[in-house]
Amino acid sequence: MANTGFYGAGFPYRDFGKLSGKLIVLEGTDGVGRSTQVALLRHWLEEEGYAVADTGLTRSELTGPGLDAAKSGHTLGPITMSLFYAADFADRLENKIIPALQAGFIVLSDRYFYSMIARDSVRGVEKSWSRALYGIALRPHLILYLQASVPSLVQRLIHGRGLNYWESGMDLHLADNFYDSFVTYQTAIIKELEELAREYNFVNINADRDPMEIFEDLKRPIRLLLHNRLLKSARPY
Amino acid sequence: MLKPNDTKGKLIVVEGIDGSGKSTQIDLLYKWLLSKGYSVYFSEWNSSALVKSTTKVAKKTQSFTPATFSILHCTDFADRWENSIYPLLKAGVIVLADRYAFTAFARDVARGNDPQWVRDMYSFAIKPDAALYFRVPLEIAVERITGSRAKLKYYEAGMDLGLSDSYEDSFKLFQGKILGEYDKMVDEFGLTMIDGTLQVKTQQKKVRALIRRILEGFEGLPNPDKQPIAVDNPRAKASKKGAK
Repeated sequence: MANTGFYGAGFPYRDFGKLSGKLIVLEGTDGVGRSTQVALLRHWLEEEGYAVADTGLTRSELTGPGLDAAKSGHTLGPITMSLFYAADFADRLENKIIPALQAGFIVLSDRYFYSMIARDSVRGVEKSWSRALYGIALRPHLILYLQASVPSLVQRLIHGRGLNYWESGMDLHLADNFYDSFVTYQTAIIKELEELAREYNFVNINADRDPMEIFEDLKRPIRLLLHNRLLKSARPY
Repeated sequence: MLKPNDTKGKLIVVEGIDGSGKSTQIDLLYKWLLSKGYSVYFSEWNSSALVKSTTKVAKKTQSFTPATFSILHCTDFADRWENSIYPLLKAGVIVLADRYAFTAFARDVARGNDPQWVRDMYSFAIKPDAALYFRVPLEIAVERITGSRAKLKYYEAGMDLGLSDSYEDSFKLFQGKILGEYDKMVDEFGLTMIDGTLQVKTQQKKVRALIRRILEGFEGLPNPDKQPIAVDNPRAKASKKGAK
């Protein structure tokens, strides 16, 4: 029974037993405001009496330092990069996410492997290969997709943390400056994510709005998922 | 599945359990091909500088799971593949690999990973022109390893599988599982089996006869000075600097 709930074979050498928690994923491209929403959701769910754990990409103790080093030298080929991230993903899934789910936590994941497939695909990595690789992944209970237009991302980033090398896809040599590169790169990433949204049944949330409005939209499907187990809000909606 | 070789180069790999004598054979083969004036490149399993820092930490803290062990070894392979093996094959070099994807198919599956998942992970790589499988009975291989080396290492002995509390017993059981996986691959991938109990010289004679056939009519990248290819992944070195 170890394989139920995974996209592929999962981790066939382990039986995780019953996972009583819920895995909720926030997907969306760079600068879309995921971390703000994760913080808001966490606070809200904890107020409702849930134990919440959050996790993001490249936070694993196993590959974190290696990935940082690789990025600072930007010398990795696309398949190597992809595998490095996959190792990190597997480590977090097996050692953090699944144990938290076993303990009944709600796990909020700031992105999941879909972002990685999108990013790799734009860099020429075969999609069928990526999908097979993530056969280890657990199917989330809910995938919330923050959908934003490129102009709104630009506005948010320029008035926020700025455009950076990786988020602009400068490694792809699409343009000679961050802005043009960002626009081309993020347009391509969003196109991939839209395709994945259909394939993996994302719940689309319009992110071209005020953070509190987005937050209210995110709460709705989560309430449905947890239905009458919420302490404070008696009914969904 | 592995891709057909569409490059100008030739890919020759050796496989077998620890103590099968494959490294000795590929080393002799390397020197012979170089003396013949071919451009030859040698690549070794688990040797990418970039990945090493990660695997070193994980090995020390014993924090690998079968999945992360498998993915990180493939990362190491991919780094060598993208930065040296594939471009050199394209240029018409003979690439010799001491262990290849089959090592992963044997070890990672022996560790409990899904066989198809591991195979799919390596599907970006090319099917070798020659895959030499040095087969020795388990007892002989174990004797060679435990007799010649001081101490078995944790993952080498397969201690993570919990087969036995004794390193030596665990090593034997683990190698036995790996041997079973290799034997299954002989037909699946058309591995050429070589009896690893024969004398070193006898084995090398067989290896050369086989490689001679494979290289019939092969031109490849000229190497008039019979020089080894010194370039060993300069990009990985650059990144090491960047990390500091």
